[in-house]
Parts: sequence; C-alpha cells; structure tokens
Amino acid sequence: MALHSEKKNGQARVMVTIDGNEAAAFVAHKLNEVIAIYPITPSSNMGEWADEWSAQGRKNLWGTVPMVVEMQSEGGAAGAVHGALQTGALSTTFTASQGLLLMIPNMFKIAGELTSTVFHIAARTVASHALSIFGDHGDVMAARSTGWGMLSSASVQEVMDFALISQASTLESRVPFLHFFDGFRTSHEVMKIEQLSDDVMRAMIDDDLVIAHRQRGLSPERPVMRGSAQNPDVFFQARETSNPFYNACPGIVQKAMDKFASLTGRQYKLFEYVGAPDAQRVLIMMGSGIETAQDTLDYLNARGEKIGMIKVRLYRPFSAESFIKALPSSAKTIAILDRTKEPGASGEPLYQDVVTSIMESVMNETSPFKKLPKIVGGRYGLSSKEFTPAMVKGILDEMKKESPKNHFTVGIYDDVTNTSLDFDPTFTIEADDVVRAIFYGLGADGTVGANKNSIKIIGEDTENWAQGYFVYDSKKSGSTTTSHLRFGPRQIHAPYLIDQANFVACHQWFFLEKYDVLKPAVQGSTFLLNSIYGPDTVWDQLPRHVQKQLIDKKMKFYVIDGYKVAQQSGMGGRVNTIMQTCFFAISGVLPKDDAIAAIKSSIKKTYGKKGESVVKKNFEAVDQTLANLFEVPIPAAVSSVIEMPPVVSERATAFVKNVTARIIAGDGDMLPVSAFPVDGTFPVGSAQWEKRNIALEIPVWESELCIQCNKCALVCPHAAIRVKAYDQAGLQDSPSTFKSMPYKGTEYKGMSYTVQVAPEDCTGCELCVEVCPAKSKSEVKVKAINMKPQQPLRELERANFDFFLNLPEVDRRTVNIETIKGSQFMQPLFEFSGACSGCGETPYVKLVSQLFGDRTIVANATGCSSIYGGNLPTTPWTKNRDGRGPAWSNSLFEDNAEFGLGMRLTVDKQTEMARELVVQLASDIGDSLVKDLLEADQSDETGIYEQRERVRELKQKLERVRNPLAKQLLSLADNLVKRSVWIMGGDGWAYDIGYGGLDHVLASGRNVNILVLDTEVYSNTGGQMSKSTPRGAIAKFAAAGKPTQKKDLALMAMTYGNVYVARVAMGANDAQTVRAFLEAEAYDGPSLIIAYSHCIAHGINMAKGMTNQKLAVDTGYWPLFRFNPMLEGDGKHPFKLDSKAPKLRLKEFTSLEVRFNMLEKSYPERAKELAELAQEDVRIRWEIYESLSRPRNGVEKKNEPATAQ
Amino acid sequence: MDLSTQYLGLKLKNPMVPSASPLSHSVDSMKRLEDAGAAAVVMYSLFEEQIEHEAEAFDHYFAHGAQSHAEAVDYFPEASEYNLGPDQYLGLLRQAKEALGIPVIGSLNGVSTGGWVEYAAKMQQAGADAIELNVYYIPAQVKITGQEVEDRYINILHEVKNAVTIPVAVKLSPYFSSLAHFAQRLDYAGVDGLVLFNRFYQPDLDIEQLEVTPNVVLSTSEAIRLPLRWIAILRGQVRTSLAATSGVHTAVDVLKLLMAGADVTMMCSALLKHGPQRISEVLQELDRWMLEHEYVSVAQMKGSMSQNAVADPSAFERANYMKALNRYR
Repeated sequence: MALHSEKKNGQARVMVTIDGNEAAAFVAHKLNEVIAIYPITPSSNMGEWADEWSAQGRKNLWGTVPMVVEMQSEGGAAGAVHGALQTGALSTTFTASQGLLLMIPNMFKIAGELTSTVFHIAARTVASHALSIFGDHGDVMAARSTGWGMLSSASVQEVMDFALISQASTLESRVPFLHFFDGFRTSHEVMKIEQLSDDVMRAMIDDDLVIAHRQRGLSPERPVMRGSAQNPDVFFQARETSNPFYNACPGIVQKAMDKFASLTGRQYKLFEYVGAPDAQRVLIMMGSGIETAQDTLDYLNARGEKIGMIKVRLYRPFSAESFIKALPSSAKTIAILDRTKEPGASGEPLYQDVVTSIMESVMNETSPFKKLPKIVGGRYGLSSKEFTPAMVKGILDEMKKESPKNHFTVGIYDDVTNTSLDFDPTFTIEADDVVRAIFYGLGADGTVGANKNSIKIIGEDTENWAQGYFVYDSKKSGSTTTSHLRFGPRQIHAPYLIDQANFVACHQWFFLEKYDVLKPAVQGSTFLLNSIYGPDTVWDQLPRHVQKQLIDKKMKFYVIDGYKVAQQSGMGGRVNTIMQTCFFAISGVLPKDDAIAAIKSSIKKTYGKKGESVVKKNFEAVDQTLANLFEVPIPAAVSSVIEMPPVVSERATAFVKNVTARIIAGDGDMLPVSAFPVDGTFPVGSAQWEKRNIALEIPVWESELCIQCNKCALVCPHAAIRVKAYDQAGLQDSPSTFKSMPYKGTEYKGMSYTVQVAPEDCTGCELCVEVCPAKSKSEVKVKAINMKPQQPLRELERANFDFFLNLPEVDRRTVNIETIKGSQFMQPLFEFSGACSGCGETPYVKLVSQLFGDRTIVANATGCSSIYGGNLPTTPWTKNRDGRGPAWSNSLFEDNAEFGLGMRLTVDKQTEMARELVVQLASDIGDSLVKDLLEADQSDETGIYEQRERVRELKQKLERVRNPLAKQLLSLADNLVKRSVWIMGGDGWAYDIGYGGLDHVLASGRNVNILVLDTEVYSNTGGQMSKSTPRGAIAKFAAAGKPTQKKDLALMAMTYGNVYVARVAMGANDAQTVRAFLEAEAYDGPSLIIAYSHCIAHGINMAKGMTNQKLAVDTGYWPLFRFNPMLEGDGKHPFKLDSKAPKLRLKEFTSLEVRFNMLEKSYPERAKELAELAQEDVRIRWEIYESLSRPRNGVEKKNEPATAQ
Repeated sequence: MDLSTQYLGLKLKNPMVPSASPLSHSVDSMKRLEDAGAAAVVMYSLFEEQIEHEAEAFDHYFAHGAQSHAEAVDYFPEASEYNLGPDQYLGLLRQAKEALGIPVIGSLNGVSTGGWVEYAAKMQQAGADAIELNVYYIPAQVKITGQEVEDRYINILHEVKNAVTIPVAVKLSPYFSSLAHFAQRLDYAGVDGLVLFNRFYQPDLDIEQLEVTPNVVLSTSEAIRLPLRWIAILRGQVRTSLAATSGVHTAVDVLKLLMAGADVTMMCSALLKHGPQRISEVLQELDRWMLEHEYVSVAQMKGSMSQNAVADPSAFERANYMKALNRYR
C-alpha cells in the first residue's frame, strides 16, 4: 500500500489510493482475530488481502496476526465464523451475492444470539434469469430479514470509515452488522482516500466491549448452553427479548458516527439530508448512487432548483424516527430509488420502508408535512447498470409532473410495460477542471495495470484527487479493457463511467475499426494513438469516422509507435509503460521530469522486488518514449474511405443481427426490454458470428508433411482447427488456395482429407503446433502445422473455412470413435468460446460435444466453464445441421451435481413414460415397430441413428392416431433415443462447494457423467486455493503455499465400487482420454472423469500446456487410470493403471510453473520443505495405485488393450 | 603424510576440491563434502543471464492473463518480498561460510561487465574466500575474432580484479588457438589461478523425436587427458595456480594430475555418481599409494611429471601423436 502524508489541522493524515475492497479489508484485518474466507466476485479481493497480510505477518490492533482460513463454501465460512464468535473471537468474513445467501441460515442464528460481528459485503446481483457478477442490492436485500444491522457505504472513503463504525457499533449494540457497498462500482473503484490510523481505531473500539464479547464466548470454565430447541409455549416470547437491543442500536450507531467525526472530521448521520433546506423534490437512496445524485443536485441547486436528498446510511435497524426527522417539511414529491428488484412486491424494499415510515408518522402525528407529498419509487442500476447525472435529472424532471410515474425504472428503455423514465443522455455536470481520460487497451498489453499506477502517482505525488475505474469485456482471451481516470483539484464524487472525455488513448490500432473510440471525446480534447504509422502517414490510414471526429471536435492528435519502443526496450507486446509515459507527457499533470521520476519510482515499486532486469527494461521504455511521441497536424478535410466493417455477417440470424451484434458493438445499453427473451432462454450457436481476429499468427497446414493423426483438432481449445474426410467431388468450386490431400488409411479410402483453420476464431495459442508430431525430413523445425502471420491470410482462409464448413460432415456411423483420429471427424458442437488462449479445459468440453453432443444435456457449475460457455454476447454451444446439439444450463456453483441428477431423473422418467405409452398404443403403432423401439441396441452411432429413424416413423404414425395418448407420446417420443447427461465444472465446485452434492449423486447409482475440469484452483475468480490445490503450490488464499496435499477425489469415488472413475490428462495420453470418455458414457451408472487442465492460473507458458501435462504424468504427479465397475461384473480387474511408474523427479514438472517456483522466491525454506513432502506424496500415491492395480485372486490384470502411446 | 597444497594463495589441507555442481545447492550437502574431507568447495555458478531470464520469465508469467477479466484481475498473491536468484545465492554463500570451516569459492558467470563486477563484489561481501570466473561462452558468431574472445576474458578479469581483493581464478575452455599464450596473458593480467577445463554441455540429437537434446553426460577418467596435458605444459611457464577439472574420478587420476603440476584436483561427476564419500575414499587411497611409493608430501609430487620435469618434453606435444601412430602400425 502506498502512502502519502500531508498535514491538515496540525494532524498527520495518511492518504492512500486504493479500492473499496482494500479499504474494507484494511479495517477488518486490523479489528479481527479469526477470518474465514471464500472466493466470490466481487468480494474475493478482501479475502485475498487478509490472507496476504497474515502470510506477511501483519498484525491487528492488538498486536497479533489474524488467523485466516479458507472454507469450502460461504455457508462453511459463516459456520466457521459463527463458531469462532461463539467461543469469543473477533471474527469476520467477506462475501457477495449467492455467497451471502448461503450465509443466511447462520446469520439468523448469529443475530438471535446477539453476537457482535461485521460481515463486509461487495453487494452483487443475485442470479435469476441470468447470472451477473456486477453490483446491485439484490443480495443484501435478501438478507434483510435476518436481524442484522445494515450499514451502507457509498464511496471508497466511506467503506473504510463505515467498516470501523460498524465494528464499534456491533460491539456496543450486540447487533451483528452487514457492512455493504456496491460491487465493482465501489469495491473496485480506485480512489484517493484518507487511511484510518491505529489511534483512531483504538479510540473507536472499546477494549472492555471486546473483553465482554470474549467473556460471552463458550468456555468449559463457565459452561453454558446456547442454541436450545424451544416449543410453541415459549419461542415467541423468547424471540421478543432482543427488542431492546434493536431499539438501542440506531442511537449507538449515531453515537459511533459522532465520535468518529470528532476524531476524523468526517460527520455521518443515520439518514443524512443534503441539498436545499426548502427542497420541494427529495430523493431517498443508498449506495454509490447517492454520490452521483448529490453531485447532480448540487449542480442543479446552484442553478436555482430546490432539490434535496436523504442518504440512507443505516438501513437496518430502520429508525423511522430518525428518518422522519431528516425529511424536509417542504417536500412536495419524494422519489425513493432502490437498486434491486422484487418482482411481485408492492414496491422495492426501501420504498416500502419509506412509505411505511411516513404513513406511521401521519398516524402518530409526527409527520412534518402539512400535505402528504407524492411518493414514488423506482429501480435503477441493476447489475451495475450505469447511473448517471442524466438519469438523476430524468427522475427529477419526472417528479415535477402532476402525476409522476410510480414503480418506474431509469437507465433502460422498457417498451414492454413502459416503466422507464425518459432522460436526456447528453445532460452532463462534469466540471471543466477535472481531467477525464479514457484508455482503450487489451488485457495483455498491461493498460489497466499502468493506469492503476498512474492513478496512484497522481493521487500520491500531486495535490490532485484521483479516481480510477476499469471495465473489462467478458472474454478471457484477447479481452478489451477500458480505463476511466478522473483527477482534479476537488474530491471526486462520480461513480459512473466517463462519457465526456477530454483525453482518449487508444492502445491498439485495431480498436479503431471495431469501436467508436472517439465517441466520448469532447470538443478540443486530445487523442493519443498507438500506431505503427508515423505522424506523416497515419492520417491516411485512419477510418473515416475517426478522421471526421478529429476534425469536427477540433482535437489534438498524438501518435507513438509503442510496439516499436516496446520491442526496442525488450518489453515484447506490453506497451503499458510507454503509453503511460505519453499520457503524463501530454496531460501535463506533472512537470515532465517529475512525471518521469514518478513513473520510474512506481516501476521500481512494482517490479523492483521481482528483479532488477525487469526494472531496467521498463526504465529503458520510459526513456525511449518521448523521442517517439509526435503530434500530428490535423488536415481540414476528411479523406478516408475506410469504414467500420459490419459487426456480424449478413448471413447471421435476425436475433444475432438485431440483438447480439449490438451487444458486441458495445451498444447493449441501448437495447430495449422487448429485445430480450422473457425467461433467459437464448438460441445456441452465436459464437460463430463474433469474428474476433485476435490471433497475430495462425496455424497453416503443410499437407505434404501431414500424417493425418488429427491431434491438432483434438487439442484445439477453440475448435478453430478442424478436419474432414469427404468425397473428392466436393472439391468442385473450391477456392484456389483450399488445400486437400488423399485420405490416408482404409476407413475413407479414395476420399479427400483437409485440415482447415478458422482464421478469425483462432486465438493463436499454438497448442496444435506443439502436439503436431510430423516434422520435415530436411528441416525439422517445419512441421505439418506452422504458425504464420494472420493478417495476410485472413481473407483467403476465411473463404477456405467457409468452403470447408459447407463440405458434408463425416457420417457418424462410419467413424471409428475409439481412436483420436476417428473422434475428430465428429463435428465439434462447442466452438470459438471466450476461454483463455491455450485453455486446458475446453479441449475436454469440446470432446464431449463431439462424441455425444447431438444427444447431450449439460449441467454446468458456475466457474470458468459457465462463463466461457454462457456469458453474453456470444456463446459457444451450438448445433449440427440436423438441428441437434447440446442443451446447456447453469444453475449455481454449489448444486451442479444435483442439478444434473435432476435432469437425468427427468430423462429416465420421461423415457419410461414414453416406453409405457408405446406399449399402450401398440395397436396403433404396429407390433414390429414397437418391438424394435423397445429393444433397440443404442450402444453405437448406428444403433442411435436407427432408433432416431424409428422415432421419426413413430411420430409420423402418431400424427394420424386420434387417441389422446398419442399426443402425450408425441411430446415424449424423443426420449426413446438414448440421452446423455454431462455434469461439468471445476475443482472448486467438485472438491469444495459442491462436494456434498457430488458425493450424493455418485452414490445415487444414476447414469450421469461427471466431468471435473481440474485446474487445481478456483480459476474463474483469480486462482484461489481449492482442496485440489497441490501441496507446495501458492495460490490466492494460500499465499504462503498450500501446506497439505491434494485431496484424492478419484480414490474417494472408487470406494463406492459402482462408480466409473477415470483420471485423464489429454497432453499425456490422448487415447486414454478418449477411451475414458467413451467408457464413462457407456457405463450405466455414475461416472466421474477428473481431467487435468493446465491453466493460466498456473503461471505457465500456455503454448506448452500439453507438455506440462505430460510432465505431470511422467513425474507421477498425475497418474492416469480407469476404474470400470463393469469389468468387475465380467470377472475382470476393474482398475487399470494407464501411466508408468514415475520416471522423473517431481521438480522436473514443478519447476516449469510459477505456482510452485514462486514459493521458492517468497518463502524458500518452506518451499524446500513442502517440495520434499510433495515428492513423498507422489511416491505414496503411486504405491496406492500400483497396489490397486495388482492382480487379485481369480482376476486377470491385463484384460483390455493398453492405451499407452 | 602431508597432503596439503596451496591454491589461489589459500592453504588447503589436501588437493581435493569439489567443483561447481548441484552438490553445493544446499549448506547440508556442502557440509557433507567437508565432512568427507574436501579441502575447499567451489559453489555452483551464479548465472547472471539465468537470473535475468528467470526474473523476466517470472514477471511475465506472474502478469500473464492479469488485468484482463473482471473476476480475475490477477492470478497470484503478492509476497512482501521475493528472494531472487542473486539473493538466494549470496544467502547460501553466507550460510555456507558460517557452517563450514573450509574455504568457500564463489563461482560466477556473467553476461555484462556490470554483472561480473556487481556480483563478484557481492560474493566478496558475502564472505567468499575466492571467486572462480566461469566464462562459459560459445563464440558462435562468425564476426568475432579469436583476439576479441581473448580480450573479453582479459577485460572481465581486469574489471573483477579491480572490484575485489580476494583471489580470482578463471575457468577456461580448451578451445583457444594458442592456449599457452593466452594462459600467459591471463597470468600477466594478474589471474590467481586457472581452472582447466570447463566441460561444456554438448548438445545431442534425438533422431526419433528430431530434437536437439542438451543432456548432461557425466565424465569418465578418460577425460583427464586433456587437462593433464595442458597442466603439464603450463606448469613452470605460468606463475598462477593451476586447478585440474574434468574426469577426476580416482586416486590414480588425482596422482597423475598432481604429478603433471596441478595444485588442486576438482571433482564433480564422480561425486554426483557416488556421493560425497568418494572424496574420503580417494583421500585414503591417495594416502595409501603415496605411502606405498614412499612419497612424503603432495608438494614433493606436484609437477614432478610436468613437461619441464620429464625426460621427453616432446611427449606432451606432437610426438605423442606420432608415437601412437607408430604403435598402431
């Protein structure tokens, strides 16, 4: 944490530039002894900070290092906190959304037991028709019946302040507190704030109250029992005993706020009235929106309006008395804004509380009003929807009306039930002396990191106040980032994105053709462009709309060839430091030399501890930048003929063109309510329309070297390299550069064969090149696939790929499905996902879609796979030409196994019903067809094809049958074709939060296939430790390295005896992988496949992911095996060890991965000790598996073909 | 029996010095070498290039994929500090000096002049008794002349000698067009010892996978022939200490190299193969052999069969080749 001291009123103030999560964690870590954590966006960082600080030995206010423990779920964290509190510790946790919902049962208990604690909540949307990681008050509102105090922070400063005020209040009132702030908008906004000192905290926290809390803890020295069961005779009365505590609580909170004010000068009120004392229109709201609203009403009041606002700080216990006192008697119209939606309610929660309070005040004659004002309520800002001054103005304008709309929405266009208010989007209150800068970058180019540094520099090295907020798109590869930076002479209250920028920087040229980057630029603003074209030539290369805006808005225009400077200084593709230096040079926020010194000092701080050479490289980049930065004179006239290409192809469906394309283009905010499906149901196959063109290089096929093994297609994470065998006649009219060769092998003798790349969908990960076994005899570096620059190939290969797609698919009945080669002739029905380039999970997911996709239902646990599998704008699951494909759904994180089991139960039940109806309607259907339908062998593709034909025939017959049962059977007949249920998710789900359910489903004996994409961390939330994390690896929540060994889920599952279990690693043995998937599907019972998935969170070269997998197996780290209960039934040995005894030391594998070797750098002694234990783990695990594979009495060991390669 | 010898101005109890190898990766294993009788230990090489490469790779993979996604802004926790390559090395050197009674020689492979000087000075600060400059360098560019290669060595030596007060040895490869002349240049430049020779890891080809495989092949006793010849030639022509390394496996190897003129013999492959106790076995055998052959000290034996000391000096030059041919006939 960076510090900056300044003197004010004789007192040293420590100013820091941090985000809301860090602010909350700072106080929580200071004021607690036991911290239970679990990752969930956007609150994860609070737990990460706590874990890191404790790992580093940072002490709390009482001089001891808080104990931080990760639990298996938020429910577990709440339970652990409850236990810690019951035994007298100061204890806390951090969470959001579904996580908070899982804590609710414990929260009722904790409140019922009048236990002092504060949970810090980065308030987030609760999943309904869709999941959203973004912010609103849906989660905290769902917890409002628990009896907890609820204190709402509206800004990063308030997060730090209220974290302390809530802790002081809970200790005195004994009412537990939810301290909440808006997810992302506040939790992730970087802001210059004053850091609370230990002195202030000591003054606020009464040690006697801490000791009293401790004394209430359970102790065998003074035993009590708490948590009895009570009957109808007494429960009710006993429940009412807590009333005095709730009655006293608001007063206690106000007292704490007053004391806080005396210590810091910042005065807060339970209900804080701001604005005109004689306001006629009054807003009532809480959360970050009040910052926007206050700025807006200050602006309007300064222009003669009479507007006021009540900022709600303490929402529970709701002090109607304090609230009524805060209301101005002048109010004519009151609008209550809720950042949540409760469908079917008479109004949203704050609205209801306000209406009730006012009505009660009328009834008990304490109302300040002579005439009851008009009271309306409305919703805003769901899922971090922007809430801007323009929207505030829209509400205020509505309030002027005789009959203002009630139960309105603002910020959207509701053309279905017409709830939305109109507003003028051009209305702005941005002050002229605030610098507002927008930076467009790629995740990979370091733009966000550089901007975070810039904000710290401005916040800490200048007198300016500063704010930073960062927006990411939802792809994990090639993602676009937008950084919004404000700084100026006054404190900034603007928790909304910049749409009136006076500085725009575009760090990647290709954004110019993808987004309207100058749209937010105001008149006379500055544009900085990273360009390979110099000041003399760049103008002619600009798209027309860019030229036009530069001229029309009278902008200043600068270019730098950041790529060149980066190359020259050894920075590779990271232009971050270079563009940052340009920003400082142009913006003039600091004198040039000071700016450069500050940037260098920040570089030293960021990289210094990781190595001098990295620092030198960055210094070099800074030094070379200014000589390469040029101002470009702007011509008088637009000359360009370059236009932005259409977002999606003309061939796309209407929905894709009208809805999806607008989301892709960044115009999703403009879509009306009517554009969307009412229940969250979306068509599949949309990813094919989003041509992202993110690969700098793509694979190019050298047919003369190819041995047609199809491994390239197997490992491709994005289904961007494909193979087909087809009739030579199909080549008629092929594009001139389309490559083809005779098929090698007997299956499709005489046919042609092609490996084709999807040039615009490939992410350039190089996994296909890595696994390609065919090398040139005369120059071994040339393989049958080689990477070549994408740009020159794009057009040609696009045509080739289109032609390829139109070639007929290989008939599934003819495919030798048990081979790698055969499996890849099946069409992937999972394509072009937003997963990381080189992802280790998606090749397995894609394989399921190929082998069984046309008859599969997928239950997908929340995590990476649900995000790359289901995050708008476009999704990868698709269908084949017959219209069949995987049907996909995501329920929750914790319930996925159960969710999938439910699907299976439906399939089983409906199949049974269909079979019953077939029998009942036998006379109409005909005995022969009935017999064939009921006795069909569907164990292979031919059997399935034939059954589908029978079902087709059945349906034709049923159409003519008048019996009402026929209609029933028609709706169920598709179930007569075998269906496959796949339950997928990561290790966070399978090993931790979902393990209870997973275990139950394994025990159910039902025919489900469970695929665990094991990355050994919670990848999606940024790499937190799971029980799958290996010993000695560092991870978030295991900053000092995981001390215990990885849970052996496979071994545990095998103990059931009737569960098919396989442990696979595609990069080590792809044939075994395919075989395991086929066996799992064939097994009529629960199957569990644990698939080693290399991951960006391992800190590895993703292009070598498959090599790492191989080393994981060769070192014995990841033994491969299959346990097939079916074999036992056949009198064969069910356990088959598919990898050989470890032939390399574990180090050969672990040394390639930052997750392991980082510990050597941070805690070398501990690293050594854990590495030795980990090597021993390998030995013991191998011994166990080896012993399991030994021949048993009467059971042969070698009973099937080996799959070793 | 007096096995003591002088090397780099250090008085050593015997001529057995383990050369830079993984055996010096921990204090424990260095202690085992000492316990087995090693007279000094050369620590594994600090590779400036590797340190830089590691730091950059670490930074790259640490940051890879970060700041790209709202849910996963990064993937690793930050530690308050990182114990990077040089810190680790110097820390170990410091610990070794505390734990061991024998001299500890730091070994260094730099890439930049600044790196050589910086790390050499830090090694001295950490307590190294001497420094071995391991100039592991393959001059593959056709533009670089032999003169330039030699000058590079001399420059590095000058720079390092100016930066430290402890003795400095240079480990050489045998690939010089006039090794004797170059050895003399180094001698004049003030080198305290020459270590002959560096065994480069030679690349191999995997003809199944069609890959270059840079695997390590441990030496055998055959390999002593090369240092034996050059030590025999140089002994008496240069003033500096001479260390023999490559192929030292047995007491016989040690005896031969001492007789050729080595001040110390450095062992690596044999230790990796047989463990530290190999040193005590060799020392016992050395003692036994010298007793049996009525030698009283290593000093007496040292250089007794150097080129100057043998009856037929030309045996170390071309004649040896001729003789072999004759015998072949």
